[in-house]
Amino acid sequence: MCNDPNKNSQLSIASNDLLARDASCVGFQRFHRRRLLQSVAAVSGAGWLTGLAEKLARSAELSHSKRPKSLLVLWLQGGPSQLETFDPHPGSWIGGEAKAISTSIPNVQISDFLPATAEQMHHACLVRSLVSKEGDHERATYHVKTGWRPDPTLFHPSIGAILCHQSESNVEIPRHISILSGEWPARGGYLGPSFDAFQIGDPAKGIPNLKARVDEATLARRSGPLLRTLETEFQRGRLRDMDRTRTQHQAATDSALTMMTSPQLSAFDIDAEGGETKDRFGDTSFGRGCLAAIRLLETGVRCVEVELNGWDSHINNHALQMGRAEILDAALAATLQELHARDMLDDTIVYCGGEFGRTPQINPAGGRDHWPHGFSALLAGGGFRRGYVHGATVAKPEHEWFDKKQSIDPTRFAEQPVTIPDLHATLLNALGVDHTQEQMTPVGRPLRWSDGKVATDLLS
Amino acid sequence: MAYNEVLYGSSTHAAIQLKSASQSTAMPSIAPDTDPPVATQLSASPKRRRGKRLLMCVAVLVALAVVSTTLNSRPMIEEREVAELAALRSAPDFQQTLATVNQQLAEMAAAAGVETAERADNLTIARRLSLALVGNGMSLEELRAFESKPTQEQLTWWTDYLLTDSRWTDYFAERFSRALVGTDNGPFVLFRRRKLNAWLSEQLASGVGYDQIVHEMLSAEGLWTDTPPVNFVTATMDEANEGRGDPIRLAGRTSRALLAQRIDCVQCHDDFIGSLNFGSLDHPVAGTQEHFHSLAAFYAGTALADPVFRGITDDGQPYRIKYLGDSEESLVEPAVPFLPELLPTEGKLRARLAAWVTDPGNRAFGRATVNRVWGLMFSRPLVDPVDSIPIDMSVPKVLDTLADDWSKHGFQIARLVRMIAACDAFQRDSRADFEVTEQHEQAWSVFPLTQLRPDQVVGNLLQASKLSAMDSSSSVFRRLEAYGSKQDFLQLFGDRGEDEFESEAVTITQRLIMMNGELAANRTGVDLINNAATRIATLVADDQNAIELIFLTTFNRHPTASETAAFGKELSGKTADERKRALSDIAWAMVNSTEFSWNH
Repeated sequence: MCNDPNKNSQLSIASNDLLARDASCVGFQRFHRRRLLQSVAAVSGAGWLTGLAEKLARSAELSHSKRPKSLLVLWLQGGPSQLETFDPHPGSWIGGEAKAISTSIPNVQISDFLPATAEQMHHACLVRSLVSKEGDHERATYHVKTGWRPDPTLFHPSIGAILCHQSESNVEIPRHISILSGEWPARGGYLGPSFDAFQIGDPAKGIPNLKARVDEATLARRSGPLLRTLETEFQRGRLRDMDRTRTQHQAATDSALTMMTSPQLSAFDIDAEGGETKDRFGDTSFGRGCLAAIRLLETGVRCVEVELNGWDSHINNHALQMGRAEILDAALAATLQELHARDMLDDTIVYCGGEFGRTPQINPAGGRDHWPHGFSALLAGGGFRRGYVHGATVAKPEHEWFDKKQSIDPTRFAEQPVTIPDLHATLLNALGVDHTQEQMTPVGRPLRWSDGKVATDLLS
Repeated sequence: MAYNEVLYGSSTHAAIQLKSASQSTAMPSIAPDTDPPVATQLSASPKRRRGKRLLMCVAVLVALAVVSTTLNSRPMIEEREVAELAALRSAPDFQQTLATVNQQLAEMAAAAGVETAERADNLTIARRLSLALVGNGMSLEELRAFESKPTQEQLTWWTDYLLTDSRWTDYFAERFSRALVGTDNGPFVLFRRRKLNAWLSEQLASGVGYDQIVHEMLSAEGLWTDTPPVNFVTATMDEANEGRGDPIRLAGRTSRALLAQRIDCVQCHDDFIGSLNFGSLDHPVAGTQEHFHSLAAFYAGTALADPVFRGITDDGQPYRIKYLGDSEESLVEPAVPFLPELLPTEGKLRARLAAWVTDPGNRAFGRATVNRVWGLMFSRPLVDPVDSIPIDMSVPKVLDTLADDWSKHGFQIARLVRMIAACDAFQRDSRADFEVTEQHEQAWSVFPLTQLRPDQVVGNLLQASKLSAMDSSSSVFRRLEAYGSKQDFLQLFGDRGEDEFESEAVTITQRLIMMNGELAANRTGVDLINNAATRIATLVADDQNAIELIFLTTFNRHPTASETAAFGKELSGKTADERKRALSDIAWAMVNSTEFSWNH
């Protein structure tokens, strides 16, 4: 199952960071807590802690390049307009009212809706030529999150689920998390629901269902002797070894109980960050989600998805995109800045994009419709090139190219196109997962993680 | 039924009734699961006070009138129906098929060399039926009615009772529609899932044969609002298809959901590994791209009419496809992948396809449907996966026996349900005095242990906290509240979508929702309105009886001696609020147990 060369020492990024540097006071607190636990374990003979302490100690020995890679998905649900974000064409008949501004990459401009992001673009690898074959929100979301087009015979795992499947568990909290999850959060697909993203809302409101509704003693009695009485009776005479081989009910209950009291839950608590840091992310649920995501990745979570919805601007495109971009701008710029400052950018890959883009032409309601034939996504971190722009869309397409009576020829709109399967193959490769590795699926068909090709141009 | 009868049982009632003429005085007489009372206020002035009281009375009367209009009577089985159903079951052909099915099940177990479990007790079988047909366990009220019947009549009565209840047709309609159109939201304007589900439910309730239902869906033309079956095709009309049905997706749905043929793999290339044979073992015909696209061609003309208010029509557009390796597109004529002799030569394309799919000679249709209904009854299909039964495959004999009986008797889903419910495999215990293994389950020699679907878990949770059934006789407020709670719960808990029979492990998120979630907390906490455990604690003084009742409402079974002893200790010496809290703890443990979330 584990394909990662570091599988025997899959350790929390937080621990690595923590022991390798001393910049974060949060890290120091956790470090001291762990050291304390280790000491207590040694003194008290709490053997179960020793393993954890050993892992932490080993993590310090890992070199930077050996750290496991993690993924941060900033998911822009609804279809952000490439023309109002990363691929403006001011002055063209398709350009709308957005202007272009300079960025920290020479000769590269993005929309004036993203001024803070423009200053952080030297960290980014910008793809302006994504192409897809799905124009429906649900199907396109599935396509971009899994790398596969919807197939009624098979439910594909999202990339975060694959990443978790390909590494060992190193934390007491879920390793795949979706913050502000909307209708279609990342799922485990055929890998099973245990690889589904754990969903939470605005981090300021805490984690749902984590707090017991009764006092500690009552919970212990309920989940101990009372539950045990029922489980013993239910298992009597039924399927041999049912909890291990079939239901996994008790194992999941134990994991849930462990999580409820885990010190790692502090990763969700953004109040532990300084006020200035929080301010930079913006006083929005998305901004708070991005900050929480960084803390979770520091702790060892492998994939966090943070969703910003509301991009579906069929009417009044300009104002709608501007409003969403304002929220995105602060959070995205701060995320790149903070990952860099915390020395996490080498080990964390950021993907920022939606399920498709929006039409070059503006409709009579002042809106832009769905457009999968050339749209943008921002990548950063890991092995992705920095300060690089890949592909382009046509700035001045002919009006007749959009004539509905003709079938639109998507090849006209994007130069150096990158397909969604290719994007996935590239991401998996950058995350240290061999995308050609085949898995036996529940339908009895061996299948690669991705059937795309690695877009080597995007990698350094 | 009087509240005390519900709590303590009675041997006098013949069927569940909405109201009882008499109330016992031995126990406090509160109505089961009433909505909260309207609060009253007092004012200073006697005149104003009288006025307010009058207004309040009027308001209460209006509220009662509104509530009463939403109450339907409990499903009652008419004498005439009882006689008809008894005749159906005792008819020689029903009994003969049942005997054959049981014989073949016995042979299957013998061939696997495994022992067979004893028959389960009636209550266990009744719970399975309830979960399968309405998506939750039995209410205490239903259970008392069940126990009042003579033992040998209990299960037939219960099957008939459920199949007279609109809950089963609604529930099965949702299950079938998932297979037929998936669970995607579909095109915003063009697709109306609720219309399709309501229509499916009506058809099942009216006893329309499934062959006719399918024929209607495949061939329907018109508006998606006033011709609900047309939603089968409009579900595929998303933006990318620009007002046309998607022949590829429709061909895939038709082959998988209705014929259990997974031919999607030959959409892009011919079958080169020998997994798809449209001939026989002696005369194999390998699956090709042409097989798939010829089937898709039946749907090529499915499009929005001009003007659009005519809805869906067939504009005769030809179907073209570029086969793998070809440089140019080919015109593809509609054709079926097997049994071409069953395809009518006349008629509109989709109507011809519908006639071919549902032809009694097309055994794939019968096998596919029987396998799906078996899956719904056991939470595990006879042939797994549910939508893949290659036509040259050697299938369990039971499948063909049931399919033949079903097609000979008007493709009635209700008959098929009755037959499966009565067969030995459904009535076997899931525990035995020998070591039960996966092999026993595969041979159906024990009832398989299967995880409840999320909709069944929440259905169980809502029902277990009530003493009376959550059905069409419940007030509209209760039903709305239950609907809202269900949707909120499923949003967090997860929904299996159309893969209803995929076996999945429980997740940490799910465990947290059951341990600490709002709905579970409300339905197990100390709450006289929402929680059956609190009502039991309030009304039943004897600890042993209280434990008995909470087991019946939550697990639909009686507690064992060890459970009674263990939980008796929990309650022993406790009174008032302390006792309510102790019963709440027991209720929490029960809904968080494996037994609550698994079919057995």
